[in-house]
Amino acid sequence: MLAFPGEGEGEMEGDSKADTPDVPPSTDNTPQCLNKALEGLSSRWKNWWIRGILSLTMIIGFFLIIYLGPIMLILVVMGVQIKCFHEIITIGYRVYHSYDLPWFRTLSWYFLICVNYFFYGETVADYFGALVQREEPLQFLVRYHRFISFALYLAGFCMFVLSLVKKHYRLQFYMFAWTHVTLLIVVTQSHLVIQNLFEGMIWFIVPISIVICNDIMAYLFGFFFGRTPLIKLSPKKTWEGFIGGFFATVVFSFFFAYLISQYQYFVCPVEYNSETNRFAVECEPSNLFMIQEYTLPAVVQNKTVNLYPFQIHSIALSTFASLIGPFGGFFASGFKRAFKIKDFADTIPGHGGIMDRFDCQYLMATFVHVYITSFIRGPNPSKVLQQLLVLQPEQQLSIFNTLRNHLREKGMLPPAVEEAQ
Amino acid sequence: IYGASDNETKSDSGVSEVPVPADDTPEVLNKALSGLSSRWKNWWVRGILTLAMISFFFIIIYLGPMVLMMIVLCVQIKCFHEIITIGYSVYHSYHLPWFRTLSWYFLLCVNYFFYGETVTDYFFTLVQREEPLRILSKYHRFISFALYLTGFCMFVLSLVKKHYRLQFYMFGWTHVTLLIVVTQSHLIIHNLFEGMIWFIVPISCVICNDIMAYMFGFFFGRTPLIKLSPKKTWEGFIGGLFATIVFGILLSYVMSGYRFFVCPVEFNNDSNSFTVDCKPSELFQLQDYGLPPVLQSITGWTTVKLYPFQIHSIALSAFASIMGPFGGFFASGFKRAFKIKDFANTIPGHGGIMDRFDCQYLMATFVNVYIASFIRGPNPSKVIQQLLALRPDQQLHIFNSLKAHLTEKGLLPALEEAA
Repeated sequence: MLAFPGEGEGEMEGDSKADTPDVPPSTDNTPQCLNKALEGLSSRWKNWWIRGILSLTMIIGFFLIIYLGPIMLILVVMGVQIKCFHEIITIGYRVYHSYDLPWFRTLSWYFLICVNYFFYGETVADYFGALVQREEPLQFLVRYHRFISFALYLAGFCMFVLSLVKKHYRLQFYMFAWTHVTLLIVVTQSHLVIQNLFEGMIWFIVPISIVICNDIMAYLFGFFFGRTPLIKLSPKKTWEGFIGGFFATVVFSFFFAYLISQYQYFVCPVEYNSETNRFAVECEPSNLFMIQEYTLPAVVQNKTVNLYPFQIHSIALSTFASLIGPFGGFFASGFKRAFKIKDFADTIPGHGGIMDRFDCQYLMATFVHVYITSFIRGPNPSKVLQQLLVLQPEQQLSIFNTLRNHLREKGMLPPAVEEAQ
Repeated sequence: IYGASDNETKSDSGVSEVPVPADDTPEVLNKALSGLSSRWKNWWVRGILTLAMISFFFIIIYLGPMVLMMIVLCVQIKCFHEIITIGYSVYHSYHLPWFRTLSWYFLLCVNYFFYGETVTDYFFTLVQREEPLRILSKYHRFISFALYLTGFCMFVLSLVKKHYRLQFYMFGWTHVTLLIVVTQSHLIIHNLFEGMIWFIVPISCVICNDIMAYMFGFFFGRTPLIKLSPKKTWEGFIGGLFATIVFGILLSYVMSGYRFFVCPVEFNNDSNSFTVDCKPSELFQLQDYGLPPVLQSITGWTTVKLYPFQIHSIALSAFASIMGPFGGFFASGFKRAFKIKDFANTIPGHGGIMDRFDCQYLMATFVNVYIASFIRGPNPSKVIQQLLALRPDQQLHIFNSLKAHLTEKGLLPALEEAA
């Protein structure tokens, strides 16, 4: 077996941090107008104001995009994904000084395009079934989608192998792995976000708002009451902030869910209307979004309250966001400390890069998606029908009989009259 | 920022040379070959072990699908272990707190997720019968995700001040390894369930390509193929391609005749065991193909009887010969990058398990994608499962659509009035 020469502290690979050069302090990206307006204040307050103003700006931007509708949202998600990917890859270049590696930038972007092609293709085929059936070239692309995606990926893989250069093998493998892990994190999350969006905009808005609220609430509680540090990784976080944020977020989400469940615009699945060639959000709201009576437990009072079932689910979502979401933030903090960077990038003044804002959202999108598939919706009916029509005739017949018996049992079909076979 | 003096970039000189692997050859072999010179001894050891592995392969096939699945699982665990161990030796992170536990935990989680999905698909009726299994299957994704999250949180809590970087490296290393090793092994099992022939033929093509390319290179090799692997030659590559295609066609012909290989593996509820019994699909029934005029004049035949599967086997062999080697080059580059001679010492004369399986990486994925794209449609039992999970009004809607479709095709006598 390979023998390890012991845990030498002098070995460069094992050496904790001595070899990464310190990144020079980020340039000040604040727009001129803000600088002028705030020049009277001391540096600490100035920073606070900048953060505050940018937070408001981002929240307003968020509302604007929601107003503009699903297509806009998809485009924004895609834009954010590309920027996050770019930020993480750039960090990789800095860490490994691999900016001049032959081919590597091209390959990273190529893999990003491949994986996006694969995921978007699967989504498009699912939701735009009718549109796709109409156009001949689209039909071909959909039918052999997996094969085409795999072929594209293989081409990238072969390019990587052919680009291996004698002195740089290790670096190239590192960057290859770095790219793949980044794709795994960033691209899959963004596609789960889009799948959630298609379930209904409420499944996109509520989780993101909850995470933002938790961020802000935990910060405020920590600011006013913070005393006991939470974790060594992030010295600014406190237990008071954590618990206060938890309760505040659950309450906020409860009320927010109530507000938003009333509007069809948010609650209906996003569907593509073949006739008008646009997205439509119109439907009869499902049970989840219709007020029902719940009896309060006898402890409180023997009364009933009218709630949307969705509000109960929102408690689960906000609990997750408050308890587990911060781990995403700690992961990102650990990552930044490991690679000695202060922020992922300089895009947003006072806040850092896009990734800095989205680090707590990582796990949330996956959780919401898993939650929806496990507890809310069943399979997509049009997809099931699609699969049915592709089967062999004998298989279709056997499924037909099974389904008929099942529906008869449930009383949805009149009982069988003896049929001559 | 882009200074070249940093130790990260120094080509590969930072890693200390790994000591020469200990000689693992069993005593008996050593005795038998004690008379020969070192070069021939090596050749004989490799040859004997090759034969031993091939015989082992036949035995497992004979033992049936269950044993095959177990073997695939074991190979996967061993490959994972080999790659993770290399990570430890590269980063001297053997004593990192928690890390070994976490790697194995993640392996368990991902396997649980994949095996759960497979079991639900293929063992649907068995699962429905047992109550605890039913709950596990209904909330499978949620449970898997919760398990993974636990591991993630343990990782975050285990971050130690001086070792952040190492820990992140090992985290990334583990995940990439899982991505490569575990997904491939599950695709292999999916292929297996389609019919053992989809497992045996691809693996045999890759092995054949290995051996044939080596032989052709040994006897005719002259022009080097790629700097990464100086022993490979163009003659070996091209000769291997043709030899493998021929081998694939002949092997498919032999195998397509047996139901044991050709039928999908199914779980029989009554006997509680796997059965491979079915009516072979069209792919495995002899058909007449007209030969192009060129071949007609050479052989004097007008038509030839082939299994359609043999045509598919040409695609599989072509892939194995052309793309398979890239998997091998990838592994060679990896070994050079981390200055190791072999992945491990498990097989005398050959190295570790990974060394034998490096060309198989891409093959399993390719076969799976090929089957999904060109051969089979969706899995009927999975479709039923989804159907039964829908709401009653959706089921009714689908029922009516299906009835209309079947009546159109003439499969249903048009006797029932619309419900």
